[in-house]
Amino acid sequence: MIKIALAGNPNSGKTTLFNALTGSTAHVGNWPGVTVDKREGTYKKGSVPIGVVDLPGIYSLSPYTPEEMIARTYLLEETPDCIVNIVDVTNLERNLYLTTQLLELDVPVVVALNMTDVLKKRGDFVDAEKLAKELGVPVLPISALREEGIRELMQAVYKASQKKRAGTSVLAESSLSHLIGDVTIALRGKGVEHPLFHAVKLAEGDEPEVKAHPQEMQTVEAFKKQCTDDFEGDFEALIADARYRYITAHFSAAQRAQSGKKQTGSDRADRILTHRIWGIPIFLVVLFAIFHFTFGEDFLYLNAMFKIGFDVETGNDILNSFVAVFFSSAGVSSPGVILFNLMDFVCSLAGDGIANGVSAAGAAAWAQGLINEGIWGGVAGVLSFIPQILFLFLLLSILEDSGYMARVAFISDRAFRKFGLSGRAFIPMIMGFGCSVPAVINTRTLADEKERTMTNRVIPFFTCGAKAPILAAVCGAIASRYAGVNADLLVFALYLFGMAMAVLTVALMHQTTMKGEVAPFIMELPSYHLPQLRSLMVHLWDKLKHYVKKAFTIIVASSVVIWFLSNFAWNWQMVPIQESILYDIGAFVQWLCTPMGFGSQLGRFGWVFVVAAVTGLIAKENVISTFYVLAPAIGALIPGWDDGESGIGPVVALMEATGITWQALIAFTVFNMLTIPCFAAAATVRGETPKGKFRYTLAFWMLTSYLTATAVYVVLSWWWTVFILLALIALFVALLVLRGRRAACRCGRCGAKN
Amino acid sequence: MEKKLSEFSPGERGVVRRIDGEGRVRRRIFDMGVTAGAEVVMRKAAPLGDPVEVTVRGYELTLRKSEAACVAMEVKSND
Repeated sequence: MIKIALAGNPNSGKTTLFNALTGSTAHVGNWPGVTVDKREGTYKKGSVPIGVVDLPGIYSLSPYTPEEMIARTYLLEETPDCIVNIVDVTNLERNLYLTTQLLELDVPVVVALNMTDVLKKRGDFVDAEKLAKELGVPVLPISALREEGIRELMQAVYKASQKKRAGTSVLAESSLSHLIGDVTIALRGKGVEHPLFHAVKLAEGDEPEVKAHPQEMQTVEAFKKQCTDDFEGDFEALIADARYRYITAHFSAAQRAQSGKKQTGSDRADRILTHRIWGIPIFLVVLFAIFHFTFGEDFLYLNAMFKIGFDVETGNDILNSFVAVFFSSAGVSSPGVILFNLMDFVCSLAGDGIANGVSAAGAAAWAQGLINEGIWGGVAGVLSFIPQILFLFLLLSILEDSGYMARVAFISDRAFRKFGLSGRAFIPMIMGFGCSVPAVINTRTLADEKERTMTNRVIPFFTCGAKAPILAAVCGAIASRYAGVNADLLVFALYLFGMAMAVLTVALMHQTTMKGEVAPFIMELPSYHLPQLRSLMVHLWDKLKHYVKKAFTIIVASSVVIWFLSNFAWNWQMVPIQESILYDIGAFVQWLCTPMGFGSQLGRFGWVFVVAAVTGLIAKENVISTFYVLAPAIGALIPGWDDGESGIGPVVALMEATGITWQALIAFTVFNMLTIPCFAAAATVRGETPKGKFRYTLAFWMLTSYLTATAVYVVLSWWWTVFILLALIALFVALLVLRGRRAACRCGRCGAKN
Repeated sequence: MEKKLSEFSPGERGVVRRIDGEGRVRRRIFDMGVTAGAEVVMRKAAPLGDPVEVTVRGYELTLRKSEAACVAMEVKSND
């Protein structure tokens, strides 16, 4: 099959084109050397099927960020049959800069001029024929969004892929033409593929090239010495300059001058969203609104303001719970909560149906337990949260696709720099609220390795969608037991706590193990645009598949194992939970969690929390599904216990059975927020971490979670210990400062090493 | 008159003369289209005073003042 690669700048409409080309055939594969996230698909509407690979959005083939390295390595080593270079015509000069580099490869190239419709609206146009003549490759106008010109594009791509093409360089007109010609011939003589591309990169002094071809580098160095022009042997500047000079000289004519300096809608939006005073408050409001729309029980605070909430009583249980989906004594539910309630409602109906069905079929007691508690209990605990989490994901995707995230980086950079990060690192962190896995992958756009490592370590502290149910259930349970506690606010406080821990630990790392210059911050602020429904749906569909797959594989498996261990004794006899295998194992490790408040002090069932936390290492949804699996058995031991309550019910049951304090429950939640994330996230971080360094990240997560949860439990339980904690922190900071001073001292007497 | 880009005030425009500094950051500045001869307009500073936003080659670019200090500019009269 013919294989083509889509290459282009970020925000050039590459992903839109990819979605238009591949439709439902798109899937995620692996890049060579890195673990995840290579989007591939097939274009089937032509005469022959064509495989399409979506390269990361890049500005240049110089290895500045890991994404650019991935794209470059792919193009050089797995040479596609044709490169489709998407060029955003509203931003022609900078987009063509990448084109001039792609043309140096010995691969057929077809240029797709995207957003020609936008240009037309503005009264401008680009002369595609003139461009094609200058560049020497086919150039086709398209609109990826409206799916115009796609068929013609793919016909040209097919035709181009059938012929060989030798690289061409715009530097043929520059003073370097001889040098590049000589090096190209030398490299070709050695059998190097894409000799022209390597020759140009070598002249630029590009790091990977210099290492790979030391011999040819000598030719470059010799040539440099004879150079007497303005650039004084600064070939890097000369080449970048020559590329842009070529583009302006040849294509300014192809693009009619931009119609004046009219203020665009994007400029107007920016005046407000990045306003000197309002920019930061607006961001905070946006963030709060996202959580309020997703998790708020009292939508828009209508109940708090107007006291409109009440419980509806109709005399029909099912009808009552259906009405409660939308409306309760807490007020009107927010969209996210409605989604959760609806799914929970459906799941509880389905659960009743399954239970009735199984007992009507006359299944054995153990089989009923396995199906109702082991399988369905665990799955239902997860399924009911999926719509709400997808909703959160949708809101975050809108922020990202609209171009607002880049502004968030812009307004937050100054604050982040104090902690050794750039504002750019904030984007993956916010994405971490949805799911850590794509957030970690997003760190590939960060140029600095230390910055990437630090960001990856703290992304899990931005409570992800799978951890949100733990917060919701625990805070809900606490609120139901202690009057005056607002579950919403408690959840929000925990979210903030996670963020604060991220900032603190990053600052700490920056002062100790991750010293060095703050990473640079140079980025494009793309024009705002309305997010496209289609690409949002592609995002959501991917996520939905991911969660459902997880629910029916890892989580079913874990739930069944937990159920089995909690219902059987070592002699394979079915027994009550207090004689089970899990009881023995739990009692054995329970003491480990004593400093955090959910260890030995909890009596005979205290280990459920330890077990839940351990299963959470596989997938955070397991924490709640473990509660769901264990609560019926434990709740049955409490006199007068009614397990009819959904959502927070299992946690309340476990609170009653173990006598756990609210302080310890908070510590338990904090531990889960900060500890090793789920298996998938940990594996992704591992793939993005330099070899051999991942164990430090693991140690970081374990230490941070254990120490922080302990501090939280102790301070919340005995408030005066806060002074001891502060004293310890002060001592630690003083030691750090002292060490820093000694390292900086150059007197030679105090023993400091330099 | 030569002036660093970091010293520009909002609304001021100029033409790039050269990029000082070295290494990857310099390379990135080139890649983003800030090369000798390019016209740059200072738009504004972020709420906390840094980074700054500029228009170059028809799009918006943001960079820190420390990075903008590497960009030596020829000031153009603003008309």
